[in-house]
Amino acid sequence: MTSAAIASLLERVHARDPRAISRAISLVEDNHPQADLIMSSLAKEPIEKMMVIGITGPPGAGKSTLTGQLISRFRAEGQRLGIIAIDPSSPISGGAILGDRVRMMQHALDPDVLVRSMATRGRLGGLCAAAGATVRIMANGGCSVIIIETVGVGQSEMDIIRLADLTLLVLAPGLGDDIQAMKAGLLEVADLLVVNKADCPGSESLALDLESVAPDRSRVCQTDALTGRGVVELSSRLASLDAEHRADGTRTDRRVQAQEREIVDLAIELLRPRLDLAVSALHSEPSTNPRHLAHELLLRLGIPDA
Amino acid sequence: MTTDTTHKNRVLIGKAGLDGHDRGAKVIARALRDHGFEVIYTGIRRTPEEIAAAAIQEDVAAVGLSSLSGAHLRLFPAVVEALRQAGASDIPVLGGGVIPREDVPLLIEAGITEIFTPGTSVATIVKAFTEACATHRSGRTL
Repeated sequence: MTSAAIASLLERVHARDPRAISRAISLVEDNHPQADLIMSSLAKEPIEKMMVIGITGPPGAGKSTLTGQLISRFRAEGQRLGIIAIDPSSPISGGAILGDRVRMMQHALDPDVLVRSMATRGRLGGLCAAAGATVRIMANGGCSVIIIETVGVGQSEMDIIRLADLTLLVLAPGLGDDIQAMKAGLLEVADLLVVNKADCPGSESLALDLESVAPDRSRVCQTDALTGRGVVELSSRLASLDAEHRADGTRTDRRVQAQEREIVDLAIELLRPRLDLAVSALHSEPSTNPRHLAHELLLRLGIPDA
Repeated sequence: MTTDTTHKNRVLIGKAGLDGHDRGAKVIARALRDHGFEVIYTGIRRTPEEIAAAAIQEDVAAVGLSSLSGAHLRLFPAVVEALRQAGASDIPVLGGGVIPREDVPLLIEAGITEIFTPGTSVATIVKAFTEACATHRSGRTL
């Protein structure tokens, strides 16, 4: 593919052509030789303006259904949305069933709601490797709000915290006692804790448990995503938190840190093949302290005193 | 980047119309998953336009439809037409289900790439999707 073809593809992305946007995402996700060119040709302004919302939580908590409801709220405000719905790849076949769309089909014919289902392709942490790139391409395709729905996670899949401006942890009653709410991890770092299925028994006590561990009680919201109850309150909490973070610099700080983390991750990825090559040349004996050997490996690559 | 280009086969499996029997579609979706495909599953009761819009947003290389209600002669060509209207006539449509033998040539005539009937083996279906994806990829300029 020529750079002229990429230029015309990007022109179509900026003209909001859904085919061009989805092609650009695939090319980057598949590590096409021109992926770098696509990413470095993107405009910065829409990326600076967009709001990225992360939705995470255990499987079956109602993430997709809640996403469907939030889409309706943002559409009522006239926002154009990009949705990235991530599901796990099979560790055996590498295949995946991407089924989050089923819960969002009420928006299927809305040209201002772009839904992209993505598989983790072996990546841990709740996201797929191309999630960050997809966010940027969608912003260039005119999306002002981007919602990323992670795979169903446990307690410590934190990648979303870095990629999103605001992260919702969606929980549902019946998944454990109050000790679960005291544990370290996602609970501490999510911006809003959403108790979904608020119509189900146990939701009140879960909300109380969460309020007792959250830094402030207004961080806990209750929703019933099936009927939409509580979604208006949730989206106004999101809007006020976003305004707060824009005003006090939290948003900028987070994005700077996120980019630094992303650069480090990518640098490690670039280094990995060289490490893989060098480690076999090390001919290491079984050792009680592999850390020592790791130092030696870095020395061989010309990185002293790590 | 030093990483190699991957060619992951992405396909959409869905059902158009009011037919609610999704066992067949799910069996095929799982079989494709087990052969390394990324399968976007849209579920039942979709309109042809919804399926076309999803196929485009998901950048799939093929669409698979299942019909067990007898409406295939209307619905399968309607999806082909919806894709054409949306500027995606290059995405092949494959269909399967309870389809009488005499309907097969009519569906092929209407632009369906392959038709699978009761008794078609899963291996045959996986092979057809693999070939449809490869053909689509080779015909693509971008």
